[in-house]
Amino acid sequence: MNPHSERYTALQVILHWLMALLLVGTFAFGWYLSTLPLSPEKFRWIAWHKWAGILALALGIWRLTVRFYRRPPALPASMSPLAVRAAHAGHVLLYLLMLAVPLSGWTMSSAYGIPVVWLGLLPLPDLVSADPALGERLKSLHETLVWLLALLVVGHVLAALKHQLIDRDGLMSRMRLRSGHH
Amino acid sequence: MKFPALAASLLMLAPLAGAQPVDLARSQLTFTMKQMNVPVSGSFRKFSANVDFNPQKPEAGRADIVIDTASIALPTREAEAEARKKDWFNTAQFPQARFTSTAMKALGGNRYQVNGRLTLKGVTRDVTAPFTARAENGVTLVEGSLPISRLAFRIGEGSWSDTGTVADDVQLSFRMALKGQ
Ligand code: HEM
Repeated sequence: MNPHSERYTALQVILHWLMALLLVGTFAFGWYLSTLPLSPEKFRWIAWHKWAGILALALGIWRLTVRFYRRPPALPASMSPLAVRAAHAGHVLLYLLMLAVPLSGWTMSSAYGIPVVWLGLLPLPDLVSADPALGERLKSLHETLVWLLALLVVGHVLAALKHQLIDRDGLMSRMRLRSGHH
Repeated sequence: MKFPALAASLLMLAPLAGAQPVDLARSQLTFTMKQMNVPVSGSFRKFSANVDFNPQKPEAGRADIVIDTASIALPTREAEAEARKKDWFNTAQFPQARFTSTAMKALGGNRYQVNGRLTLKGVTRDVTAPFTARAENGVTLVEGSLPISRLAFRIGEGSWSDTGTVADDVQLSFRMALKGQ
């Protein structure tokens, strides 16, 4: 364990970018399918959406576990205390929502009385017992949380771009897929 | 739970001669199907039932159940609205489904069998269901189930006839609470 390494580990970098892909993909797909009228395709796509979301949940848990064992590299000394605090708060919220969004989806499905069977093979436990009215409320919660997560992700990307293009402090190279000069 | 229309349907009952009153609040008609290979259940909130059944004389038993198809309950409101449409139950044209028994017999122990005619969406088929009967809290609880093919009754036409998303097999289950003897 080295708390002051310059880069994230290869595992952390891979998990970060897999998660980024999965979140953007699941978000766009979820948004699109929520606009469709009920049809066999929609049933199929909702199932895929759930599978992707559960995968994101598993990746999120893995990431958090790795994060506990391996602290991230220190932030650039040039950052103001306020910026450091904002970065930390943002990251805590991102991690929380990464778990809360799929968990709210899973709980919604349980409340509607529709078990989640991952990839159609692995039955997951129902998180609450069937209660359609609760399902409706959890659906609104899932939508609210997902939009919060989207906002945070946009903020996260803008902050990374600011480091890259304005501060030019090389922060982004710590998350590069291929290690090298920075 | 949500059985707001029960009082009304109780009043609508025109009992068979000698039929036992059915405690509708403790009776239910449910079904389970596989959607994307995941079991999903629903029920009919409103139905009337005329049942005459004496475990000592099962051959004399009779049952006539009329179901308000628009009262279908499914996991989501969106699904309920869809189920009332033409491709599914077409509740505008077929507001009622009906089961009428033709024969009952004992199978031994507390097990029995009912034969009858099930009419769904204007299609009538002969069906057979095993059931059990037991006394509980002052009523005779009659419970059974039978598998049916939804496509045999044209439930889920057009694109919905694809059985990869909604399977053809549907398990119908019934529980009737018969008062008195
Ligand atoms: C990272 C994970 C997830 C993301 C980013 C995500 C995103 C979304 C989005 C954007 C919507 C549309 C919301 C709207 O109407 O504005 C949605 C809807 C939905 N999500 Fe998720 N979701 C995730 C995980 C899950 C999980 C794990 C489940 C269930 C196991 C799930 C179940 C649903 C359901 C049932 C809907 C409603 C679809 C409909 O309109 O009928 N989601 N999701």
